[in-house]
Amino acid sequence: MPKRVVVTGVGLVTPLGCRVEEVWQSLCAGKSGIRSITEEPLSVFRSKVAGFCDDFVPENYVSVKDTRKLDRFTLFALASAIDAVKASGLDFSKEDPFRCGVITGCGVGGLGEITHQQDRLRNMGPGKVSPYTIPKIMANAAPGQIAITYGLHGPTYSIATACASANSAMSESFRTIRLGEADIVITGGSESAVSELGLSGFCAMRALSERETPPETASCPFDVKRDGFVIGEGAGILVFEELQHAKKRGAPILGEVLGCGATTDACHITQPDAEGIYPAEAMKAALRSASLAPEDLDYINLHGTATKLGDLAETSAIKRALGSYAYKIPMSSTKSHIGHLLGGSGGPEAIFSLLTIRDSIAPPTINLTEPDPQCDLDYIPLKARQINARRVMSNSFGFGGHNVCVIFGKYK
Amino acid sequence: MSSEEVKEKVIAIIADQLGVDPKTITSDTDIANDLGADSLDFAELMIVFEEKFDIDIVEEDAQNITTVGQVIENIEKQLKTK
Repeated sequence: MPKRVVVTGVGLVTPLGCRVEEVWQSLCAGKSGIRSITEEPLSVFRSKVAGFCDDFVPENYVSVKDTRKLDRFTLFALASAIDAVKASGLDFSKEDPFRCGVITGCGVGGLGEITHQQDRLRNMGPGKVSPYTIPKIMANAAPGQIAITYGLHGPTYSIATACASANSAMSESFRTIRLGEADIVITGGSESAVSELGLSGFCAMRALSERETPPETASCPFDVKRDGFVIGEGAGILVFEELQHAKKRGAPILGEVLGCGATTDACHITQPDAEGIYPAEAMKAALRSASLAPEDLDYINLHGTATKLGDLAETSAIKRALGSYAYKIPMSSTKSHIGHLLGGSGGPEAIFSLLTIRDSIAPPTINLTEPDPQCDLDYIPLKARQINARRVMSNSFGFGGHNVCVIFGKYK
Repeated sequence: MSSEEVKEKVIAIIADQLGVDPKTITSDTDIANDLGADSLDFAELMIVFEEKFDIDIVEEDAQNITTVGQVIENIEKQLKTK
């Protein structure tokens, strides 16, 4: 008998703040966390806006020494994990450490640190490369560090499926518990790629928004004016727990993980398939995994990055997967508020999905003032909406052609 | 730079890097055993000393250093021959 999996704690670091309830309120109030890039080395690129986690204070979570040894993406993940574990009420000294794991997603790892140490290597010589370089930049530093913090000895690894990484990580965590291989898995994703190399690389692809507009209006998924995504940084971490285990310790249950589905485009390394055939199959696979019909879904937290092709492909995919119900179901892109957190994006989006279920309110897609006629679904423009959200799906698609959908439900 | 100044600067760097109270550091302090520095912390410290004092600490010398006093000794020796 497969085990049921529930979410017992969440934590996040986003451009709208680091406290879950505050971020959620801002999101539902339609606020944006995007600002102009004023930092000297980052302000020379075509894209002039980003979502920075300006409120994040690493010293609130780790020692000053550790702030130097850990990359920003690891600090985001660790801080979010600390808040999530606190919210879950877990005391790991009372748990079997071999039944507790960490599976998180990250697209690249410490991109800024790679550049920094490469500069030192070229300018100062091989003897000046920091011994912290490798343990800092590796993508699995985040789960490794979380495991160290709590002394967890179960399965621990990082998954890289670009912008779908967090959803891939949650899918694996779901399966790990469902199959009885762990009781608790700390999961989600983090990314910190608003660096010179990150910005210049994405700019070279013309993937980022270059419009001259007030920063808070820059990220406009499904709008005719959209011209690329707004890059962001941050993390969202969730505690996944086996239902009986959670009940036994009287844990707070935010919602249930009902299913997940994944497919691969296998067409082009970065361009989405315009027809949305493969993301549609991922949505259908998620529905099958959760034993649900399209009409059982009440809301979709969209991938919705605001690239021309991506938003069209996702719109097509939803129509393929849900049929005529695609026109009835409300959906929104919270990337319109905080930008695209790349490999981390699925973390906060899963948390927003769960809060949508908890509070029966769906955050809006902000900046959607002039919908693209080809994007003709109900994207909840501009204003949050009261909905009865019993089951919601969160979509993430990544470079490499990865399509990963996760379905959450109200726990009952 | 006087001996006292070198000592003060070395202690300040170690305290900052390892996140310890400078008042707890003396010449006899063992960097690994007393301050909990692992091999990576130690290697990073050597790089920081090199940068802050504009010197080169030879690998063979670094391998024989265990105490704060030995660091100061090595740096003073190098500053003299500069």
